[in-house]
Amino acid sequence: MTIKYKSVKEFKEMISQKEISNKEIIQEVFNLIDDNKGLNAFITLNEENSIKKAEYFDNNPSELSLAGIPIAQKDLFCTKGLRTTCGSNILNNFVPPYTATVIENLENAGCISVGKTNMDEFAMGSSNETSFFGNVHNPWGENLVPGGSSGGAAAAVAAGIVPAASGTDTGGSIRQPASLCGITGIKPTYGRISRWGMIAFASSLDQAGPMARTAEDCAILLNEMCSHDEKDTTSLDETVPNFQENLNKPLKGKKIGIVKDLDLSNLDNDVVEVFENSLKEFQSLGADLVDISLPNLALSVPTYYVVAPAECSSNLSRFDGVKFGRRSEHTKDLEELYVNTRSEGFGDEVKRRILIGSYVLSAGYYDAYYKKAQQVRRLIKNDFENAFSNVDVIMTPTTRGPAFEIGSKGNDPIQMYLEDLFTISANLAGLPALSLPNGFIDNKPIGLQIIGNFLDESSILNFAHMYQSETNWHMHTPEGIK
Amino acid sequence: MSWETVIGLEIHVQLSTKSKLFSGGSTEFGAEANTHVDLIDMGLPGVLPVANKEAFYKAIRFGLATGAKINQTSSFDRKNYFYPDLPKGYQITQMTKPIVEKGSIKIYLDGSEKVINITRAHLEEDAGKSIHDLFDGETGVDLNRAGTPLLEIVSEPEISNAKEAVAYFKAIRQLVTFLDICDGNMAEGSMRCDVNVSIKKNDSSELGTRAELKNINSFKFIEKAINFEIDRQTKLLENGESVVQETRLYDSEKNETRSMRSKEEANDYRYFPCPDLLPVVISDKELIEIKENLPELPEEKEKRYVEDIGLDKSEAVIISSSKAMANMFEEASAKTNDAKLVAKWLVGDVSALLNKDNIEIDESKLSAENFGKLIERITDNTISGKIAKSVLEDIWENGSDVDKVIETKGLVQIQDESILEDIAQKVIQSNPDQVSAYLNGKDKLFGFFVGQVMKETQGKANPKSVNDILRRLLK
Repeated sequence: MTIKYKSVKEFKEMISQKEISNKEIIQEVFNLIDDNKGLNAFITLNEENSIKKAEYFDNNPSELSLAGIPIAQKDLFCTKGLRTTCGSNILNNFVPPYTATVIENLENAGCISVGKTNMDEFAMGSSNETSFFGNVHNPWGENLVPGGSSGGAAAAVAAGIVPAASGTDTGGSIRQPASLCGITGIKPTYGRISRWGMIAFASSLDQAGPMARTAEDCAILLNEMCSHDEKDTTSLDETVPNFQENLNKPLKGKKIGIVKDLDLSNLDNDVVEVFENSLKEFQSLGADLVDISLPNLALSVPTYYVVAPAECSSNLSRFDGVKFGRRSEHTKDLEELYVNTRSEGFGDEVKRRILIGSYVLSAGYYDAYYKKAQQVRRLIKNDFENAFSNVDVIMTPTTRGPAFEIGSKGNDPIQMYLEDLFTISANLAGLPALSLPNGFIDNKPIGLQIIGNFLDESSILNFAHMYQSETNWHMHTPEGIK
Repeated sequence: MSWETVIGLEIHVQLSTKSKLFSGGSTEFGAEANTHVDLIDMGLPGVLPVANKEAFYKAIRFGLATGAKINQTSSFDRKNYFYPDLPKGYQITQMTKPIVEKGSIKIYLDGSEKVINITRAHLEEDAGKSIHDLFDGETGVDLNRAGTPLLEIVSEPEISNAKEAVAYFKAIRQLVTFLDICDGNMAEGSMRCDVNVSIKKNDSSELGTRAELKNINSFKFIEKAINFEIDRQTKLLENGESVVQETRLYDSEKNETRSMRSKEEANDYRYFPCPDLLPVVISDKELIEIKENLPELPEEKEKRYVEDIGLDKSEAVIISSSKAMANMFEEASAKTNDAKLVAKWLVGDVSALLNKDNIEIDESKLSAENFGKLIERITDNTISGKIAKSVLEDIWENGSDVDKVIETKGLVQIQDESILEDIAQKVIQSNPDQVSAYLNGKDKLFGFFVGQVMKETQGKANPKSVNDILRRLLK
């Protein structure tokens, strides 16, 4: 009995039918992790505790919805007693004294957190190349990036090591790696999942979400991850629906918004073809295509690269070597303590964003950059509000192309930033958005993005599940995985 | 050339909430270092602030009491700077939308009244404390205070001299203690202030360049620091030099201000709206409830004391000057039928003892109950006023019960007229010379006889009875 490439749903079945013991599952997960060390998907493993919890479930069979399901947690979520690095040297030695709400929610539902996944440093990156702990390799090709920042999570799921993983998405960090690794991932509405215990990158954009093999698995996980949390005042006080309930709703008569302002002409023909094929599939499922206009969409990337660095420059100030994390050994005085700790502790991309952020917030520039960006953000949000008065969901390609080679964009931050071209707007508007595999280009998977209206995760999961009921792009598995 | 001083004060008032502004951490003073610090106060990665409504309610009380505008929607901003006792690398404060705007307060100085306008009062979190003198070559950080709610009250630059500044500070202190939003304890740092001082030519409408004097926490130092600064700036200007805009530190030992940092070196705080906190909305219902539960303010008390109780204006002013005094007066009065006598004793003998010991009334051993009983024992003729003074001294020193002191020391007034008459007879018989002098018209000697009777009774005789008896016997 192998667990490789099994979905959460299949795991639940195997466990309830006692086809395999919980302990065997966990042991096999750690064998797979070991066999695929080359992917570099994990930073820290949680083997001993995982086996204990599995044994507990073997002795005490549980009705919990995720009982015994192995899940990999992004190393950005604080986990009590388990090192949490955020992919950074500056938190190399940080062991949190508390656990993030979303992880607690998952664990309370019975999941077993097998380890912490690799990621771009502080979630800043789209290729997992900024991690202090080294690149993650895409299971679909050793030389390919897995995307980022949730690259370790995407790789672990794509390689069939775990059926699901937690991720976070500030500008596309769930959807873009999901697209590049051929899995399904959803970023829910901003505020659906508590940010308590998520190490902040850009507080007004950060949102956690599940990454899995299917939309249905995402729904199962999302049911547990979402909650109103009094410890996070931006968490929404909204009833969390059962996201599995509407998965099979017919799409007949549903409207898909196609963004006319989106210039697809500079994309590869292949990408456009894959996208258009998916639209045809949805049409055959009964949905209609409707042209919509998002006139300010082109401003998303510049807006994002003002707002996100601004917030990050402030959020990352606490990493100063005074209270926790790594402190430079070369400190004569206070100034050196700060300068050397932060110079040694942060990587280039993080430093770049701190500099940009400090600049756009500085006296004399605030109005021109930060304030203006917030105004544009409002316009983008309004555009979406208007659009959703006519359509149920909006579809775009998730990425401009499939996974690229490690190192190929290393010296060009702008090219890297454009990776998030299609995904960023959903974060700026706070809307739920999902990516699912919808084809291959040169044997590399690529994804379709479905953006939903505020709080309407159910619709995008419904579209995604119906698509996955008719297609098998999500069933493909990479070669060469041990 | 004559110069005019322009002063504005920023007073940081520590609000007396149980928990901190954004966490459940305790605000108790004086605990062991770093024991009142929770995850949020420490600024651990991943933690989020949650605004404490109680701090808002207290700020609103201040706003209502100063006739200010209450912003029912107010928001928080981040003020970014690095310092070891600032755990997050930024302070959460209200820059753009403070909870309170445009209030005013009256100050009294040398019998005249002046209104000082209050620009704004906003909520912010306090930093921790850096301890530089405890570890050799190292600085210790105590985060107990980090996150304690502060109300920063910013005055308009309408204060003209050091004495006015002190009067303003005192008026704010009086108000916040009456409102029960701050304990007013200056020694523990519950109130601290930054003073902006500038000098301009008398006839100029333009303000001069200002210096900011940081973190002064006593009335005396405010006055001294301002006067030093006025002197320094005046000398500079009179020598044709100019004042540099800078932050200065007052050194109380040397009585001087020293430059901390100039405008060029000043931090760019990179303020921006705090994305972790939604704007805080105060409902009409909450506002009405706070309004209805607003305590009686000093000015109202003063008026009531004069008009309803019949105190002298001067007595009313002293008693309403602090919450502790007013409480003592009101609670003691409730135990007697003679509030005016309570006031007389409070303003007289009790105030004298306070001055002697240089303490506030709530720091003394005198309880309102005991004090009220003392006055009651005077009015019910158990003891005389004179004996009462010695009883007061006793209970002042030892906090002992009034009745017990009277009983154990046998101070009960002698009421029995036959006993007093016997004593009076004895006094008359043993002083024949004084008797004949008195009877020959030397009226002043009457006091001598009273004194002798008092002496014989160790002061316990009822003075009125003694008077009556002596007048009868000496006819």
